[in-house]
Amino acid sequence: MNPQIRRLFLVFSFLFVALIATATYWLWRAPDLEARQGNPTLIVRELEIRRGLILAADGRTRLAANRRRELEDGRVWYLRRYPPGPLTAHAVGYSTIGRSRTGLELSMNDYLTASNANLSTVIDTTLDKLRGIPRVGNNVVTTLDLAAQRAAARGLAGKCGAAVALEPETGRVLALVSAPSFDPNLVERDYASIEAITAPCRPAAPLLDRATAGRFVPGSTFKIVTAAAAIDTGTFTPESRFDDPGYCTLFGQRVFNYSDQGTPSGFGNVSLADAVENSINSVFCNIGKELGAGVILDYAKRFGFYERPPIELPSEEVLISGLYRNGRLYDPENDSQVDPGRLAFGQERLVVTPLQMALVAAGVANAGVVMEPKLVERIVSPDGDVIQRYEPEEWSTAVSPATAADLTAMMVRAVESGTGVAAQIPGISVAGKTGTAETGVSGRNNTWFIAFAPANNPEVAVAVALSDQAGTGGATAAPIARAIIDAALGRNA
Amino acid sequence: MVLRLRLPYADPFLLPLGGLLAALGITMIYRIDPELAFRQGLWVVVGVAVFSALVLFLRDYRALDEVKYILGVSAIVLLVLPAFPYIGLTVNGATLWVDLGPLTFQPGELAKVLVVVFLAGYLRDNREMLSYGAAGQGRLPSPKHLGPLLLIWGGAMLVLFQTRDLGGALLYFAIFLVMLYTATARWSFVAAGLGLFLAGAYALYHVIPHVQDRVESWLDPWADPEGQSYQLVQSLYAVSSGGVFGTGLGDGVLLSPEGNPYIPYLETDFIFSAIAQELGLAGAAGVILLYLIFAYRGFRISMLASDGFSKLLAAGLTAAVSIQAFIIIGGVVGLIPLTGITLPFVSYGGSSIVANFIVLALLLMVSDRVNRGERA
Repeated sequence: MNPQIRRLFLVFSFLFVALIATATYWLWRAPDLEARQGNPTLIVRELEIRRGLILAADGRTRLAANRRRELEDGRVWYLRRYPPGPLTAHAVGYSTIGRSRTGLELSMNDYLTASNANLSTVIDTTLDKLRGIPRVGNNVVTTLDLAAQRAAARGLAGKCGAAVALEPETGRVLALVSAPSFDPNLVERDYASIEAITAPCRPAAPLLDRATAGRFVPGSTFKIVTAAAAIDTGTFTPESRFDDPGYCTLFGQRVFNYSDQGTPSGFGNVSLADAVENSINSVFCNIGKELGAGVILDYAKRFGFYERPPIELPSEEVLISGLYRNGRLYDPENDSQVDPGRLAFGQERLVVTPLQMALVAAGVANAGVVMEPKLVERIVSPDGDVIQRYEPEEWSTAVSPATAADLTAMMVRAVESGTGVAAQIPGISVAGKTGTAETGVSGRNNTWFIAFAPANNPEVAVAVALSDQAGTGGATAAPIARAIIDAALGRNA
Repeated sequence: MVLRLRLPYADPFLLPLGGLLAALGITMIYRIDPELAFRQGLWVVVGVAVFSALVLFLRDYRALDEVKYILGVSAIVLLVLPAFPYIGLTVNGATLWVDLGPLTFQPGELAKVLVVVFLAGYLRDNREMLSYGAAGQGRLPSPKHLGPLLLIWGGAMLVLFQTRDLGGALLYFAIFLVMLYTATARWSFVAAGLGLFLAGAYALYHVIPHVQDRVESWLDPWADPEGQSYQLVQSLYAVSSGGVFGTGLGDGVLLSPEGNPYIPYLETDFIFSAIAQELGLAGAAGVILLYLIFAYRGFRISMLASDGFSKLLAAGLTAAVSIQAFIIIGGVVGLIPLTGITLPFVSYGGSSIVANFIVLALLLMVSDRVNRGERA
C-alpha cells in the first residue's frame, strides 16, 4: 500500500500549496479589495474622521449625526446615529462598519469625510492634521421636507409601496419614502431584527428603496405618457371622439376595460378627455394601435424612461424604467416586438419606479420640461461656508407647453369627477391620474396615484405606488397622495 | 508524561504539532472573546484527558479491529442523533448538534473517527476481494464484499445530506475515497467515486437551493456581497488585508464596536480568516505548513506500519485531518465552495477538539508500535 500512500501525500502537498497560492493571490489583490465599499478595514480608518452631518431642507434638523466613542487605547471613533430612525432611512441610508454604506451616506461619502478635492476642504484638513485634531467632514443639506416625508410615511404605514414628492420647477425631492422601512440605527447592532421585519408583501425587503428601485407596473398612470404622445404628435386632440364598446380587440382577442369601471357595454361615444377622466382602457388601446409602440416609447424616453434618473443616490439604488424582458431592460428595435395596445394603458412588461412616475407628473406640471431630480441642496463646510450648491437643471423636454396644458386640464377633470376624486383638496385644484395594474393574481394589484397641485401654479408633484393591493388606485393610493400634497403645500403657505 | 511512559517510541512531532495548533486556536479565540477562550482551554484539557485515558487504558489499539462493525453502526447512530426531536439542535440551517442540557456536542466529529476505524478494519479484511474482484482483475467485486461498505457509506452520506452538513458530507466522501484507494490501488474506484461525486453534486445543485447559493457565491462573490456571499466576502477582506506579516494580534479589524465579529462564526469556521488577517500571509502559510507536516508524519507512520489495519488506520486518520483542514481553509479563501466545518485543533468547539485528540492518540499508538517493532 505504500505507493498509494506516497501518492496521496503528494496530492495533499499539492492541495496545501494551492491553499497558500490562493491566500497569496488575495494579498496581491488587496488594493482592489480595499477600494471596495463594505471592506471594514477601510471604513474603520474613516471612523476617526468626524463625519459631516446630513440635514433636512431646513438646514437644522439632523438626519444623520455622530456618536463619539472613546476606545480603550485612547483613540476616538465617530459612529453614526440617525435621529429620525426609519423616517428617512432609504434616502439617507446608513454608514456602518460591518454592513457597508447605502444612500447618501454612500454617494456623498467623499464630502462627508472631507476627502473631496475642493481647495478650501484640502486646506482645512491639512491644517487639522498639523494641529492633531480630528478631521471634520462637510455637512450635506438635503432637499427633504420632513412634513411631507412624515405625511408619506404615515400614509404608507403597514403597506408595501413608496412615495416620491418633487418640486416640479426645480426637481427638488421633497419626500422620498419606501415602506416597509427599517431603523438604520439597528443595522450594525441588530441586523437580525431588520431581517425579521414583516409586511403584507413577500419578501418584505425593508432595505430595498422602493421609491427609486421598486419594480412596479405603471398601469393607467402610463396613459398620461400615451396621451402626451397622442396630443403632442398632433394625431389626436382632447376632443377626438372614440367609440368604447367596453373592450378592445388585440390580435383577435378582446381585452376588457377594468371591471370596476361600470358598464360592461362600455361608455359609448367618448372624447379623449373623457377617456382620461374615467381611465377607459379600450380608447387607449386603440390610440396605441394607431400611434404604434415606437412613438409611445419615444415619448416615454422624453420623460426619462430608459435612462437612470440623475438623483444623487448610488446608481445601484436607482432603477431605470422601461420595458423589461427576462429581468433586463429591453429596448425593442421595431414596433412588431411590442403590443402597442397593452403598452398604451401601461401593461405589456413595463416596469417603472415611483421616482420615474413622479418625474412624469412633474414634467407635465412644469409646462413639459422635466427637471433633474435633486436630493442634495448644498454642501456646507464645518465653518458654515457653502462649498457647493446644486442648481436646478433641465433633464429633458417631454412635450410642448400646449400639450402640457391639455394634459393638465384632463388630469384636473380626473380628480374633479373621475377616478381620482379621493385626492380632492378643498380650495386647491389638484391634477391627478389613478392606476390599477393587475398582476394576474387577485389581491396583488399595483395601485397608483400620480398628481400635482395647485394645477395652475404647481408647487408639488407626487407619485404613490402600492403593491399587493386588493382595491383600486383611486381608493388606496389617492388619499396618501392628497396627504402628501397637503403637507408639502402647508410648508409653502 | 503519559506519552513518554506508555509510548516511548511514538512519533515525536505529532503531539507538539497538535498542541501548537490548539494553542494558536486558543490565542485567536481569546482575542475574539476571552470567555470562549477559557471554555476552549477547558475543552483542550478534556481532550488531553481523553487522550491520556486512551493511551493508558487501550493497551492495544488493534482491539478496535474486533469491534469494527459495532463502531461502524455507532458512527451512523451518532450521525442520526441530531435528527431526533428534543435533543437535536439546528444552527445555521444545519442540524448537527445534540443538546444534552448544559452540554451540546456535535456527534459527527466523533463519528468521523469511528468511521475511519471501521473502514480500516473492513478494508483490510476485504482488500483482496475488492481489488481483484471475484474472478480476475477488472471485474466488479461481488456484492457480498462491496455490500457492507456501501451500506455504511451510503448511510453516512444520506444522514449528512439529510442534516444539510455539506462540509461533513464532502469530508466523509473524501475519506472513503482515499481509504478505498489506499487499500485497493484501483484508480477505477477513484474515478467512479469522483464520477458519483460530480453527479451527486450536480443533482444537489438543482435540488437544494442552499447548495446553489454556495456555489454561486463562490463563482462570483461580488455579485451579492451583502447577501448570500456576505461571509465569504468579509473573509476575503480579512485575508487580503493582513499583508505579509499581518496587522499583529489584536490589531486586526475583526470586531464591530459592539464586540460582534464581522464574520459570523469567526471563532469556529472562519478562524483561519482571523489568523490570516492578524498574522498575515506568513502566519497563514505557517498554519498550512503545520498541517502539511502533520500529514507527512501521519503518512510516514502509515508507510512504516507492518500490518494492513495499522496502515489503513494511520492513513485514514491523517487524511481525515488534512482533508478537513483543506476543505475549510479552501472555503474561506475562495478556492472551493464554502462549507461550514471546523479547522482541526484550532477552531472553537469541544467535540472537535476532543475528537482530534482521539485521532492524535490513535496515530501515536500506531506509531509507537511501529517503532518498537523496528527496535526489537
